[in-house]
Amino acid sequence: MNDLSVHFEGVSKNYPHFTLNDISLELPTGTIMGLIGANGAGKSTTIRILMGLVHQDQGQVHVLGRAMPQEQAAAKLDIGFVSEDMRLYGSATLAWHMKFVRSIYAQWDQPYAEMLLQRFDLKPPQKIKGLSHGQRVKAALLLALARRPRLLVLDEPTTGLDPVARQEVLGELMAVLADEDRTILFSSHNTLDVEQISDQITFIDRGRIIASDDKEIFLDRWRRLRLVLPPEADLPSLPGVVQVGGSGRLPVLVTNRFDAAMVSACNDAGATVQAVDPMTLEEIFVANVHSRREKQTV
Amino acid sequence: MHSELVISQSDGRPMYLQIMEQIRQRIAVGDWAQGQEIPSIRQLAVTLRVSVITVKRAYLELEREGIIVTQQGKGSIVAPNPRLGTKLYDQELAKHIERIAQLGELLGLTPQDLASRVREAADRLTKEYS
Repeated sequence: MNDLSVHFEGVSKNYPHFTLNDISLELPTGTIMGLIGANGAGKSTTIRILMGLVHQDQGQVHVLGRAMPQEQAAAKLDIGFVSEDMRLYGSATLAWHMKFVRSIYAQWDQPYAEMLLQRFDLKPPQKIKGLSHGQRVKAALLLALARRPRLLVLDEPTTGLDPVARQEVLGELMAVLADEDRTILFSSHNTLDVEQISDQITFIDRGRIIASDDKEIFLDRWRRLRLVLPPEADLPSLPGVVQVGGSGRLPVLVTNRFDAAMVSACNDAGATVQAVDPMTLEEIFVANVHSRREKQTV
Repeated sequence: MHSELVISQSDGRPMYLQIMEQIRQRIAVGDWAQGQEIPSIRQLAVTLRVSVITVKRAYLELEREGIIVTQQGKGSIVAPNPRLGTKLYDQELAKHIERIAQLGELLGLTPQDLASRVREAADRLTKEYS
């Protein structure tokens, strides 16, 4: 059995105004990965290639052990996919959709579907066109979850949801993970969602993966250091500093390779370390993007 | 029981530290008894709605501290003799000794007087249990 649910190797795709460049990605079974990127960074293109909806120009893609896009029909039996632009039939009811999906997928789990109806506060006789945005997202999610797919792929699942609906959705996603054989990949530009529930985090910017790691590693290694320099002194040069801000005698450093030695190196150079702040995933992402973009333009 | 743990997004500390601290407290106040089975990593992750890797990290560190024991495939239990207890009692003892010294000074007792009074108390306790 393959313990990678998703495996990208050197995947590229060229469009006239956008290039997805040499994407390599590994998602172990039983984990949840958050794909973070600005709008237009390549998140959706990556997900479409994963689903076989867009064919890559180069590279290998395996999903649940199947080569994409060649074996997509077999792979999709076990993938649940929800995206923003997915359309349900407006004039049909939720009950009709449930019956329809059930007729296609043998694994459909009716008791689970009914439990989700309750949790998401959805009414089967309601027509899709009468639902709010949040209700539509939850309806689409219900249709995907009740099939008990081994891999869930969600493109911006929490975008536009109110805080209550957001927590309901995140809670259901975590409940899926209670089963070690299930895997989730989701994209978001809401870093708070990703920070809360992801095991693995991948940052994508301008069609490239700029970082991909365990969440705990990101949160551990990135720090913001606030220093006070003595008059006339120069900033000590330190390894792993990706950004220098602040002004004159009060510089602010951002590092992606923090350890205790860094503080003593600052002290040895005569600088006083006023504070070492942990950073949120959002701050890490923004600092990461800025430092990469600066390097590209140099 | 584990649903009592609360993770705060606005708390500046990393989530795994918050989880560790709350588990230590549960054990210190006796909510989670020695040898008692505690939620599996996945269970707790699902209940708290935080990632598996975060809870796993908290459990690994607690195990390193000797507070919980994880058996492969069997889940985790509170360590039979969690070192956390000793440490808490130790801090408590240090506080009382400090106080004894202050009171001794007030009463004009010598350190020898204090030591013998403490020895007498310890002897009485030993007799009671024998």
